[in-house]
Amino acid sequence: MFGSNLLPNLGEVVAMILFGIGFANLLLQKNLIKKIIGLNIMDTAVYLFLAIKGYIEGRSAPIVVDGVQEVEAYINPIPSGLVLTGIVVSVSVTALMLSLTVRLYKRYHTLDLDEISSRLKKEGI
Amino acid sequence: MSRKISEEEYKRQRIVRMKHWLSGEKDLYLDNMEVIPREEYKPDRKQLERYEHDLDEVMTRTYDTEHNRVYRFFQRFYKMAAVLCCTVLVLILIVEVSYLPPIGSASNPASNEVAAKYIEDGLQDTGAVNIVTGMILDYRAFDTFGESNVLFIATCTVLILMRNDKKKGKGSAEDEERRDSFYEPKKDVILQMAARILVPVIMLFGVYIILNGHLSPGGGFSGGAIIGAGLILYLNAFGFEKTERFFTEKTYKAVSFGALLFYCLAKSYSFYTGAHHLESGIPLGTPGAIISSGLILPLNICVGLVVACTMYAFFALFRKGGF
Repeated sequence: MFGSNLLPNLGEVVAMILFGIGFANLLLQKNLIKKIIGLNIMDTAVYLFLAIKGYIEGRSAPIVVDGVQEVEAYINPIPSGLVLTGIVVSVSVTALMLSLTVRLYKRYHTLDLDEISSRLKKEGI
Repeated sequence: MSRKISEEEYKRQRIVRMKHWLSGEKDLYLDNMEVIPREEYKPDRKQLERYEHDLDEVMTRTYDTEHNRVYRFFQRFYKMAAVLCCTVLVLILIVEVSYLPPIGSASNPASNEVAAKYIEDGLQDTGAVNIVTGMILDYRAFDTFGESNVLFIATCTVLILMRNDKKKGKGSAEDEERRDSFYEPKKDVILQMAARILVPVIMLFGVYIILNGHLSPGGGFSGGAIIGAGLILYLNAFGFEKTERFFTEKTYKAVSFGALLFYCLAKSYSFYTGAHHLESGIPLGTPGAIISSGLILPLNICVGLVVACTMYAFFALFRKGGF
């Protein structure tokens, strides 16, 4: 069932398990803040996966030193840039979700999603 | 009578019959059957009470989550299904990962000719020693522009959601005063002393990281985040009264909008000249010097300004609902 590269790819396995933990957190928690934390754990897993994808053994960070410009000297710079994009978007999304949560708390005085939705149904909305 | 036709005849006319039929008095097709007008609805009090009682009962039984068997079953089923779902997902992903090429090998499909082009020609094309900075602010500058806009739009949305309207309701002076004293810090000596020493160092470090974005690790995003952290520390130590002297909503708007506008115009210019194979006329300078690599340094400063303002704005909005 498992391929031959399970042990060399241990870092990616860790990223996948982190992703699963975040997803389970998102599904199982009732507290909205904890749901947001779960989503952020999922984000982190994706960053870890991307950063590992760009790594090449024995090479240095992509900053030109002493005019050396061979491909063999540096790691892949593209995943680093993608991780940067991801972090910025995740910060914005987290701020947006937190502000929506604050609004919900001001309206219903609870962070429990089940209670909020049952109260919404009782109000007939 | 001065009628030309008798009443009988008049009633037999087609248009009159049509009119009668339309108003529902007689049905022409059902052998002149009269349609009985509906009785007016007279609510019986007893019936109404019973109806309301029934409705109440149904509602309480539906939302009685403690004793509702279906609901309890759903809760348990949901938890089990969620755990099962996550486990299966993680297993599938791990199996996938075990077939991927090993980490750290140079023959990975991810390190293809695109990465090679960035590494080999990056210094000549962009003038930036840091290849990642050269990539995100020159080859892929449009992407970074979108990112800065995402930050700006996120701040705008948080502003809409978190703002406390002073005109609505409790806008009285004493309420304002109570809120201000509530949000102002309690003259913490340790925090103020630490901030007095740390804030200038943090600011300088942030500026250093932004200005050296094309030479060393870092750039607009990380440097801007550091400056934002310094601003937040200053705000925590000395309160809104001090920060409002140099940073208000107007400052935020002007700085963010100006930085984004400059970014947009500068990149439009370089895209235009690049697409038409024109000389852009922007000197790249000697690689390694502070003032080099063409547009990358000003763009880094723009991004840093936007990020610093956004970080501070998020904090101020969440704490007070305004700047």
